Amino acid sequence: MSYTTAINDDAHHHHNPTGWRRWLFSTNHKDIGTLYLLFALSMLFMGGASAMLIRAELFQPGIQLLDPDLYNNLVTNHALLMIFGAVMPAAAGLANWMIPLMIGAPDMALPRMNNLSFWILPAAGTMLILSFVVPFFPGGGSQINTGWTLYPPLSVQVGMSMDFLIFAIHLLGISSVLASINIIVTLLNMRAPGMTLMKMPMFCWTWLVTAFLLILVVPVLAGGVTMLLFDRHFGTSFFDAAGGGDPVLFQHLFWFFGHPEVYVLLLPSIGVLSHVIPTFSRKPLFGYKSMVGAMIAVATIGMVVWAHHQYTIGMSLGAVSYFMIGTIIISIPVGLMIFNFIATMWRGAMTFETPMLFAVAIIMMFTFGGLSGVMLAVVPADMQYHDSMFVVAHFHYVLMPGAVFGLFAGVFYWLPKWTGHMYDEKLAKIFFWVNVIGFNLTFFPQHFLGLAGMPRRIIDYNVMFTEFNVVSSIGAMIFGFSHLLLLYIVIKTIRGGEKATAQVWEGAKGLEWEVPSPPPFHTWETPPSIKQEQQ
Amino acid sequence: MSSTDQHTTYFIPDPSPWPIIGMVSLLVTLFGAVLAMNGVVVGKFIVFGGLLLFAYLLFGWFRDVISENLSDKYNAQVDRSFRMGMFWFIASEVFFFLAFFGALFYIRNIALPWLGGEGYLGATKEILYNQFESAWPSHGPGQLGGEFIPMGAWGIPAINTFLLLSSGATITWAHWGLKQDNQKTLVRGLMATIALGLLFVAFQAYEYIHAYEALNLTLQSGVYGSTFYMLTGFHGFHVTMGAIMLMAILGRSMKGHFSAHNHFAFEAVAWYWHFVDVVWLGLFIFVYWF
Repeated sequence: MSYTTAINDDAHHHHNPTGWRRWLFSTNHKDIGTLYLLFALSMLFMGGASAMLIRAELFQPGIQLLDPDLYNNLVTNHALLMIFGAVMPAAAGLANWMIPLMIGAPDMALPRMNNLSFWILPAAGTMLILSFVVPFFPGGGSQINTGWTLYPPLSVQVGMSMDFLIFAIHLLGISSVLASINIIVTLLNMRAPGMTLMKMPMFCWTWLVTAFLLILVVPVLAGGVTMLLFDRHFGTSFFDAAGGGDPVLFQHLFWFFGHPEVYVLLLPSIGVLSHVIPTFSRKPLFGYKSMVGAMIAVATIGMVVWAHHQYTIGMSLGAVSYFMIGTIIISIPVGLMIFNFIATMWRGAMTFETPMLFAVAIIMMFTFGGLSGVMLAVVPADMQYHDSMFVVAHFHYVLMPGAVFGLFAGVFYWLPKWTGHMYDEKLAKIFFWVNVIGFNLTFFPQHFLGLAGMPRRIIDYNVMFTEFNVVSSIGAMIFGFSHLLLLYIVIKTIRGGEKATAQVWEGAKGLEWEVPSPPPFHTWETPPSIKQEQQ
Repeated sequence: MSSTDQHTTYFIPDPSPWPIIGMVSLLVTLFGAVLAMNGVVVGKFIVFGGLLLFAYLLFGWFRDVISENLSDKYNAQVDRSFRMGMFWFIASEVFFFLAFFGALFYIRNIALPWLGGEGYLGATKEILYNQFESAWPSHGPGQLGGEFIPMGAWGIPAINTFLLLSSGATITWAHWGLKQDNQKTLVRGLMATIALGLLFVAFQAYEYIHAYEALNLTLQSGVYGSTFYMLTGFHGFHVTMGAIMLMAILGRSMKGHFSAHNHFAFEAVAWYWHFVDVVWLGLFIFVYWF
C-alpha cells in the first residue's frame, strides 16, 4: 500500500501538541527519541570534557592541573557519563525513533511509560552531577575515587557523594528496565501483520536481545549497590570480612551486570551496521539467520563469563579456567558477525558515504579491540596486563568503534530521515577522518604504555612513559574537539539543507524508507502490508 | 495479529503529565534520602514529601488508565501489551532477588569456607583470623553484633509459609469466581487473600521484634544478620506492596470493574502475588531451614 493513502485515512484525529507540553508530556516515539538523542549528545560533551581534563593532566609526568582524588573522580564520572549518559540513551533514542517505523507500528507499545523511562534520565543525570560537585562544598565529604566499578571497601569509606551515585545508578536502572520492557513488548506485540520474527529488520533483533540482557542484569547491579548502601549506613557486613562477608562478592555482583553491559552497548551498533552495510553495498545482508543466532549466542555466553574482569582476585584454578575458556569462545560468534559484514560487502556496488565510512572503520578497529580482548582473556597473560593502560586501550577500542562509531553511523544514516534534510557530506567526511585519526592517536599508544607497565587510574607516571603520553594527549584533544564539528553538522542539518527523499539512500530497503522524510507526527496508523521479498 | 481490521483501532494515549511527575517525585525522594542518611534533619521531610508526590502519581496514573479501560478505549492488542509488560517486570524482579540469593550462596559456600582456612586461599586464616571456624550461621571472625541465636524455621516462619501458600489458593479461588462472573466469590476470595497477606506481614513484624529483643539477632549481626534481614525485609516489602495492590483490586472488584473477559489488572496482581509466594518458598528453604 502506498503511504499517502494511509495518512489520508487517518486525517481525522489528533491535534498535535505544541510548546513545552509537547516535550514534557510526550507520548510520541519520535519526540521521545529526539529527547533521548539530545540528552545523549549533551552527556557526550560532559563525559568528553572530563576525559580531556584527564588527558591534559597526563600530558606530562608530575601533578599539574588536578589532585589525585579529583583525577579519580573525573575517571569515575567520565565512565558513568559515557556509558549510562551517552551511549545507552543514544542507543535507546535510535530504538525509539526507528523501531516503530521499521516494524510498521504507530508507536511504542507503552507510550506513557516510554516517556517515564526518558524523563528518569535527567533525574539520574542530576544525581550523577551532584555526586561530582557535592565534595566541593563544605561538609560534602570526600570525592568518589573508586572508578566506575565502585569496589568496596573504598566505596564504603567515601563520603555522601557515593550515596548520590548509588541512587543515580538505581534511577538509571529503573529507566533501562522500563525502556527494555517497552522495547520487548513493542517488538513482540506491535509488528505489522505478516512480519514474522525472522523477517524483522536486524536493528530490531539486536535491540530485542539487548533488552533481554538489560532486564536480566540491571536488577542485579541494583541489588549490589543496595547492599553497598546498607554496608555504608546500616551496619550490614556483606562486603566486610570481619562480619563474614567478602569484598569480592561486590565484584561478582558488579561484573555479572558489567560484562553483559558491554554487549548492551555493542549490539545496537551491530544492528545499525546491519542496515548501513547492505545499503551502501547494494546487497542484502549476508547470513541473516546466522546473525540472529550469533547474537543470541553472544548474549547467552556473555551472561556467564563475568569473572574474567577479576582474574587477579584469587579464584580457584578451575574457576579461572572456566571463565577463560568461556570468554575466548565468545570470539567465535563475534567473528561470525564480522565475517557476515565482510561477505555482505563482497562484490557489492559500494559507495562510501559517511555512515559507510564509519562502518568500515568499525569493522577494522572493533576487530582490533576484539583481538586485544582475546589477549586479556588468557589468564596468565592477563595477570600482567591487569589494571594497566593496555586495558584502557583495549576497552576504548571496543567501545568507541563498537558502540559510539556505530551510533554515529546510525545518526548520519537516519539524520536525513528525521530532519528531512541531507547533512553536509563534505563536512561529515572531514569529521569522520579527524575523529578516527584522533581516536587512534589517543588510544593506540596506550597499548604500548600498558605493556611497558604504566598502571591506569593513577594521576602521575614514570618519566619514561612521557613521549607516548604526549602523543596520546594530543590525539585526545583532536579527538575531543572534533565532536564540535559533529554538533555543528547536526545543527546545520536540522536547520536546513538539501531536501531528502523518502528513500534517502539509493540502496536503502525497509519500511522506514517508505514514510516521507521527515515523517509526519504519526506514522503507520494503518499497518503496512509486508512484501514477500522483504527480509 | 489475525486481521487488519483490528489494527485500524490502534490505541495511543494522549500526552500525559504523570511521567514527569514521576521523575520529580523520584528525584525529590532520593535526594532527601541521601540527606537523611548523612544526618541532615530536613532529609526525612523531603523524603516524606517525595513519597506523597509518588503516591499521588500512582493514584493519578492508574485513575487515567482505569477510566480509559472503562470507556472501552483498549483493544486486545493493548491488553496483550500490558500482560507482556507485567511479565517482564516480574522477570526483572526475579533477578533483583537473585542478587540477594546469590550473595547468600556465595557467602555460605565460598567466602566463609575461605575465611575458615579451606582451599588454597586458606592462608587468610593463618594470617588474619586464626581463631575463626567457618560455620553457618556466622557473624564473622570479628563476631560483629555480639552473640545471637539464629532464627528457627519451624515456628513463625512455618506458619507464614502456610499463610502465604493458602493465600495463593484463595486468590486462585477469586480468579475462578471472576472467570464465571461470580462477583461474590471474587470479592470473598480477594478479602481472604488480603487478610492472609496482612496476617503474614504482622507475623513477620512480630518475628523481627522477637529477633531483636530475645535473640539479639540484628541487622548488624555479621553476615547472617545482613542476609537474613535483607532477604526477608525486601520480601516483606514486596508482600506489603502486593497487599496494597490487592486492596486496590478489591475496591475495583466491588465496583464491578472486572468481567470474565476484561480483567488484566486482576491477573497482573495475581501474578505478582504468586511471585512473592515463590520467593518466600526460596526464603523458607535457604534462609530459615537449611
